[in-house]
Order: sequence, then structure tokens, then C-alpha cells
Amino acid sequence: MQIYRSHVLVCSGTGCTASGSAGLFDEFEAQLKAQGLENEVKVVKTGCFGLCAKGPIVVVYPEGSMYCQVKKEDVAEIVSEHLLKGRIVKRLLESNSEEQNVQADAEKTDFFKKQLRIALRNCGRINPENIDEYIAQDGYEALGRVITSMTPEQVIDIMLKSGLRGRGGAGFPTGRKWDFARKSVSDKKYVCCNADEGDPGAFMDRSVLEGDPHVVLEAMAIAGYAIGSDQGYIYVRAEYPIAVKRLEIAIAQAKEYGLLGKNILGTDFSFDIELRLGAGAFVCGEETALMTSIEGHRGEPRPRPPFPAVKGLFQQPTILNNVETYANVPRIILNGPEWFSSIGSERSKGTKVFAVGGKINNTGLVEIPMGTTLREVVYDIGGGIPNGKKFKAAQTGGPSGGCIPASLIDTPIEYDTLIEIGSMMGSGGLIVMDEDTCMVDLAKFFLSFTVEESCGKCPPCRIGTKRMYDILEKITSGKGELSDIDDLYALASAIKNSALCGLGQTAPNPVLSTLRYFKDEYIAHVVDKKCPAGVCKNLLQYKIIADKCKGCSACSRKCPVNCISGELKKPFVIDQSKCIKCGTCMDTCKFGAIVKE
Amino acid sequence: MKSLEELRALKAKVKNDMTLRDGGEDTRVVVGMATCGIAAGARPVMNAFLEEVSKRNIKNVQVTMTGCMGLCRLEPIVEVIDKDGNKVTYVKMNAEKAVRVVAEHLVNGQVVNEYTIGAVAQ
Repeated sequence: MQIYRSHVLVCSGTGCTASGSAGLFDEFEAQLKAQGLENEVKVVKTGCFGLCAKGPIVVVYPEGSMYCQVKKEDVAEIVSEHLLKGRIVKRLLESNSEEQNVQADAEKTDFFKKQLRIALRNCGRINPENIDEYIAQDGYEALGRVITSMTPEQVIDIMLKSGLRGRGGAGFPTGRKWDFARKSVSDKKYVCCNADEGDPGAFMDRSVLEGDPHVVLEAMAIAGYAIGSDQGYIYVRAEYPIAVKRLEIAIAQAKEYGLLGKNILGTDFSFDIELRLGAGAFVCGEETALMTSIEGHRGEPRPRPPFPAVKGLFQQPTILNNVETYANVPRIILNGPEWFSSIGSERSKGTKVFAVGGKINNTGLVEIPMGTTLREVVYDIGGGIPNGKKFKAAQTGGPSGGCIPASLIDTPIEYDTLIEIGSMMGSGGLIVMDEDTCMVDLAKFFLSFTVEESCGKCPPCRIGTKRMYDILEKITSGKGELSDIDDLYALASAIKNSALCGLGQTAPNPVLSTLRYFKDEYIAHVVDKKCPAGVCKNLLQYKIIADKCKGCSACSRKCPVNCISGELKKPFVIDQSKCIKCGTCMDTCKFGAIVKE
Repeated sequence: MKSLEELRALKAKVKNDMTLRDGGEDTRVVVGMATCGIAAGARPVMNAFLEEVSKRNIKNVQVTMTGCMGLCRLEPIVEVIDKDGNKVTYVKMNAEKAVRVVAEHLVNGQVVNEYTIGAVAQ
């Protein structure tokens, strides 16, 4: 077997592909060939490393040097310096802000130090398109052990003891879900994987599918054995072309090796998996809508009960778990439930992956033990807020969740504590907001998302969210009255109590949680007709401070609607009736004479 | 694949190729590969190490490289560092010597004294 002295891992997740990693792979091969190193150094395409803000990422082993924002032109230097002469190219390394020196080993950077990778353990380490590399990392060992030496009851018992809860949003204990399905009597049962990740800004599931697709297949087969099913479906959105392609490759490879299909590893157990591509409707992430969509109908939810474990896909008992939930399963089987339940906090076990975005330096994917505080995620791992701005709040759970204000930044991230403070774990989107974010505008943004994505089946969601959106529109345009806030509360509770599915019931959450922690901002919009963060255009005025204005006319020359006038060397004025509030004048003024209020 | 044993056999085969990315507990063979080292013939030395390690299926050995150690007159230089950080420096290496170092040092744990810096420099 060919042995290499060095491996070059090029990230080929969606984030890095978008910033140009595809060309890097070919460039590395070409440069290595030019230097005669092609038999010593192996170039591997791998999944997401998590530090998407600094992509494209290239990691060189055995040193583990992580190169950031690598451009095609940099490849020749990495090859001739690092791979030929053994000198690490320091200018491209992820810098360690704390120690002010460059860290060659990626594992030791602040970004990775506090993380614990279980679901993401293979992402960025293996080639997702090569089943051998997955097998080398204990892949399919758990499935092998389960089907050759365990009873389905034992498997379920392990899942119950591990304390694993669903990572898709609601946090239902996985073992109990499997137990219900196991006990439902039927000759046909189904295992589904929910890979219809739709929260704005969330991309954990995509990264697992792209970086480690086999872990999902293996876990689904284990689930199939546990509940007595021989057929699995992965419902993945068509907007994830790389994930779909890698899943197709993975399924084909697993079938070729006999790890999926009839009589797996010589046992009586057979299991097959098919892909179903969704068209990107948010509601199809809701379990009953997802199953309706797999059946070939329009993706609309239906009332529960009956729960899927009793009557699910094609009217048969079905379990549905999220991608990240499955990604934990093989490890739990291999390391034992005690290992898993020793990680995390009292009531929430294991780790959670978050897609951290918004106003934060290290945008990307982080996996942390449950119970880690929001402060550690934002400042230690996330590298803080750009431009020295103040942390204002973080939104978890996307359009179904709520915000966590700065005063609660030391809250441990767990299922129950998040619900207590009016937010939720959700699928793992974590959007950080700084002082320049208007919370009313934020609530309006999330509500506009639910309004657009509402499937329209039940009136509370179809009409109610639209009415709430209209009220927020009224408030942000400066026409709000105090009674509007009462109306928001009334509508929110009506929708919560009467909407058909989880998405409708949680749709008012962004409004309720911003009202809970930032009611003063709503009042400022309604009573003072001011937007404290300076975001809502209709409540803003750009003004020239006469004392500071030198009368240079720079602003009036830049103004796109010619609404600034005055005599040279005398203070200018803005005609508020014509101003479109673009902010160009403020950016242009060298004397700081223009303010917005 | 027809049995769990087959899966495990395949894993044993492919695992070797991945140990490079684990880091940690390995013995490291570090070959000086700066201009001086390459000019003195470090490349065949490196290849000999790679070949031997692979041929003998030795686990937990990383063959890697470094820049100039500052002793250009003694190149090619190879350092063997065990997992506790103890270091043996071999100098004026060539491919044949490399084969012997693999057999005696990496496999049997006996330092090849006559190639070490102390012996050669005298």
C-alpha cells in the first residue's frame, strides 16, 4: 500500500466551495507534480472544518497546520515551502489572538480548544467520498456489533440510557421515540432522516451530510434494526447539491460493500435507504409535512396524534430523526451510554452543533458540550463582535426561537434553560446581534420569513402571522400606537394555542421574546417615534450640526437626490421631505458634522 | 462484505493510511529538507524511510520533515523523536543507512550509534 508522508486536506464543504476551494485541489495536484512530490503527499477533499468565515481552509498533516483564506496563488508557496522544505507558511495560518503568536496546530487555536466534536468528529478529517476512510475511523463497526451481537431491545436501552435528545428542535428523547415505534405492531415500518434544514443561517446538517455522509447511513440502519424496519428515507433539500451528491456516492458505496441492502454482514437483517429531494419549503422540516411530501403529496402538516411512531409514512409506524441526532448514534453504541451521558449537563447530555453567524468574528460551525455558556461561544470560540461593538443579543432556534439578551449571556446552553428564558435550542442556528441591531426590525424579519413560508393550511398561521407582520410594519414605519402592542400579545397567544403544527405554534416566538426583553425599544418606536438602534428608516433623520459643518459641500455633491443645499463656507441643511436616508452624506463628511437620530 | 470480521480486516488495512492525521503518540522521523539537506541528498533518504516504514507495516511512525537545522555540513540529517520527546540525531545519512535505522531503531529500539551525531562528529 502506498504510504504518504503528508496529507493535504482541502475543505470542499459548501462554504469553502463558494469561496473558491474547488480550484485549489487541482492546483495542489499540479504543483505537487511539478515538484515531484505526488508520491509523497496526498491531497484529499474533505468536509467542513467549521471555520467558514476564514475559508477556503486547507489543513496539512502531520503538523495539523490550518491555512486560512488560501488563494490559488498561495498553493505554490505552500507546496514549495511547507511540503518541500518543511517550513510552515506562517502568514496564512489562523492566528491565535490571545497569545499574539501564530499557532501551527489547528487544534490548539481558540476556535477549536473549547469544542468537543462528536457529531462533527469526521468532518474535516476524512474524505467523505471514500468509504474506506470512514471505515478506518471505526465506521460501520457500531452497526456490525449491533446486528451481530445485540437485540433490538438492548439497542433501545442504550439509547434511553445515553440521554440523547432530538437535535432537530423539540428535543424529544431519541430512545423513547424508538421504543414507541418498536412497540407498534406492523409488518412494515420506516426510518426517516430529516435533512430538510430550513432555518435562516443554519447549516449544521448540511455540513454533516457533506463531511461525513456514512455516519447518517450507519445510524439509520441501526435505528432500522432497533425498531424492526428494512427501509429508510433521507429527505434532503434539493438546494444542497453537494450534500445530495455525496449521499448518493455514500449509498452506492455502502451497497457495494454490502453494508446496506439484503442480509447485511451475513445476518438476517436487511436495510435499504433512498433519497427524497425536497423543493425547499420550510414547512417540510415539520415531521408530518415531511412524510406527506415523501409520499408524493403537497407538503402540508396534519394534526397529531396519531404520532408517526404509531401511524407515519404510508400509514405505517415511522421514526424521524434529524441528521445531527443520527450522527451521535454510532459513537454512543461504540463508547457506551455512560460515556455519552457523562458529557454535557445534568438535564442535557452530549454536545450540540451551532451554526454561528451574524455579527461575530468567527462565523462558522462549532460543537460544544451542553451547558457551555453563551459567553464562551460568543467570546472564546466566536472571537467576539467585530469592530469592537457591544453584544446585544443572540437568536437561537431561528424563526421558532427567541433572543437571549446580553444580561443573560452567562446562561448555560441547555434544552430546558433556553426554554425557561423564552428561547429554544432549535436545530442550532445562533445569530449574534450587536448594538446596531433593532430588535423590532429583527422580529419583523423572522416574521416575514414565517409569513412567506406558511403553508396556508390553517388560518391561525396563514392569517395570524400576516396580521402580526402588518402591525410590526406599522410600528417600524412610525405609525404605531400603544394598543398595537396589546394586539401583538393577543394574536401571539391565539396563534400559539390554535395553529396546526409546530411551526405555526412557534411563529410568534421572536415577537414574544423581543417584547419580553426589549419592550423599551417597541415603546420608543411607538411613543417617541424613534428607532434607538438607528435601523428603521422611517424613524430616522439625518441632520447637519451647524457648529461642526465647514460648508465644504462634499455631502451635497454626493447626495443622490440633491436634498442638501447651502452656501459654501456656511452650514448646509438637509431637506427632510426629499431625503431617502441612504446615509451617503454621513459617510462622506470628514468633520463628523452629520448625525442620524 | 459477508461478515463483521471482513469489515474489521478492511478497517485494519485502511487505518494505517489515516494514522498520519491522528498525531499524538507517534514516533517521529524528521528529515532535514532545506536547500542544504536536499542538495546533500535528503530526498532519497526520505523516500527510503517512507518505503521501509510502509513495507514493514510499522505503525505509529510519522515521517515528516523540517527546515535547516544549522549543521549544513552534516546533512542529510535525520532526527528520530520518540513519544516522550527523546531525540536521536543521525547525520550524513543515505538511503542504505536509512534502511538500517528503520530496522534497528524503529523496529528493535536499538539506536544505531555509529550514525549518530556524536559518533560522526568525532
